[in-house]
Amino acid sequence: MPLIEVDDVSLAYDTPAGRVQGVLGATFNMEESEFLCLVGPSGCGKSTLLNIIAGFLTPTGGEIRIGGKKVSGHGMDRGVVFQDFAQLFPWRTALGNVAFGLEMKGMGKEEREEIALQQLKLVKLEKFANSYPHHLSGGMQQRVAIARALAYNPAVLLMDEPFAALDAMTRDDMQRLLADVWKTTGKTIIYVTHNVAEAVYLADRVIVMTPHPGTVKAEIPIMLPRPRDPLSLEFLEHQKQLLNYLGQGTSKAA
Amino acid sequence: MTMIAQTGANTGLQDGKTPDPAKRAASWRAIRRAAITIGLALATYELIARTGSFPRALLPTIPMIVRTLFAMLLDGSMLMHSMYTLYRVLFGFFLAMVVGIPLGILMARFRRVEQFFLPLVSALMPIPSFALVPLFMLWFGIGNLTTIIIVFYAATFPMIFNTWSGVRSVNPLWLRAAGAMGADEHKLFWKVIIPGASPFIITGMRQSFLRAWIAVVGAEMIAASNWGLGWVIFDAKEFLNADIMLASLAVIGFIGFAFERLVFGSLERGTVMRWGMMRSAKS
Repeated sequence: MPLIEVDDVSLAYDTPAGRVQGVLGATFNMEESEFLCLVGPSGCGKSTLLNIIAGFLTPTGGEIRIGGKKVSGHGMDRGVVFQDFAQLFPWRTALGNVAFGLEMKGMGKEEREEIALQQLKLVKLEKFANSYPHHLSGGMQQRVAIARALAYNPAVLLMDEPFAALDAMTRDDMQRLLADVWKTTGKTIIYVTHNVAEAVYLADRVIVMTPHPGTVKAEIPIMLPRPRDPLSLEFLEHQKQLLNYLGQGTSKAA
Repeated sequence: MTMIAQTGANTGLQDGKTPDPAKRAASWRAIRRAAITIGLALATYELIARTGSFPRALLPTIPMIVRTLFAMLLDGSMLMHSMYTLYRVLFGFFLAMVVGIPLGILMARFRRVEQFFLPLVSALMPIPSFALVPLFMLWFGIGNLTTIIIVFYAATFPMIFNTWSGVRSVNPLWLRAAGAMGADEHKLFWKVIIPGASPFIITGMRQSFLRAWIAVVGAEMIAASNWGLGWVIFDAKEFLNADIMLASLAVIGFIGFAFERLVFGSLERGTVMRWGMMRSAKS
């Protein structure tokens, strides 16, 4: 049985301009330890779909099952990383942020801080355990956010364009780091992005979505060996294929 | 004091604990400049007092005021007056926090509470607390009760207003992230909303105390008997003791300054400034 089943999920909402179909009939499955990217232009419903999986939004049709259990509301089987750096609590140190979920679970201080420190090691920030977020760079803050979402050991990690607000060089470093973290932890990850190269670099499988209404257009497995070389011919071929699905292949180079 | 949006971008600011020689030199320069300003103001006063154009009893020289101040400090009377006033102001201020902070939070969280209290708060807030002293004297008599209620009245509204604004300005992303990590309503309140609203709550406490301190001196002038810094000033007019008035004013100014700088200043430095949620002006 697949770990995650997205079963004919739809979400419609009303706007002054009429009823909008944010997501229509999205269906796909995910195996454990798979890295899945949702790719598409803005308005294609990829973030909406992620928010439904996270339990922040309730679908108007269909359902999502994790481990066979229907999702309703958010739960600790899912960890979430947002795009905005401000997601960290400014009044807590890096360590305090990472330990938050374990604290909510009622774990003792010593134990949770030990686990939090291990998580910070995983993202190479153990030296900054006692720093407050405002003393960390954007990339470091996002690494803390990743460690925070992993600390309470959720079955799935949900990431909503976590590196979109970073500069290009930092973003490359972060993608490498995330690929390492994924390899080390074997976590199941759903990653939303509008960046095709990022999807080809990270994913086992890419789900391409298109807007009006937001639908799944294609599922493309990426079988390239890891670590991947973004300048290799095969890598560029995959990128080109994705761009074609998005209707951007002919005129514009990425 | 500047509020910053929660961009989280690395501001590169030194945190309050780091001893920075350039910063220390700058703060000494600031102290020296303040001393020059105050020194000049005192010298001007002294000059006018010594021209003899006004009776000495009404415009005493600074050495006379200092002598009176020391005499009152030594015989313990100034201490007693200060203790009475502090008791009243802290009691009223404490009540204002106990009522204002929870009410502000409830107003921000529940629309019905907001709809009910907001008109009341808006209508009562502009009434000067001093204008209520005669009425409260009729109701509650002369003494501690009336002055404490006046202080409470003056201090509550800024506390309510700032808390209300603070809770509404808590970043929704923090609530979402905390919810995803399994925080229940109770934990969300103590671990996210209160610290998230703390820049506003601390500003509210500051404004409240300032208003409380102004109110207590005024209220004591007519609604207190025998003790209190406000009372001693008002009583001194019967005997034309301008020196006592000015000495008491100096003590009032000093205590107010100490609270503002030491109590609320360190509270701010230890919390919201340390967390980068509030920072000092750039230059």
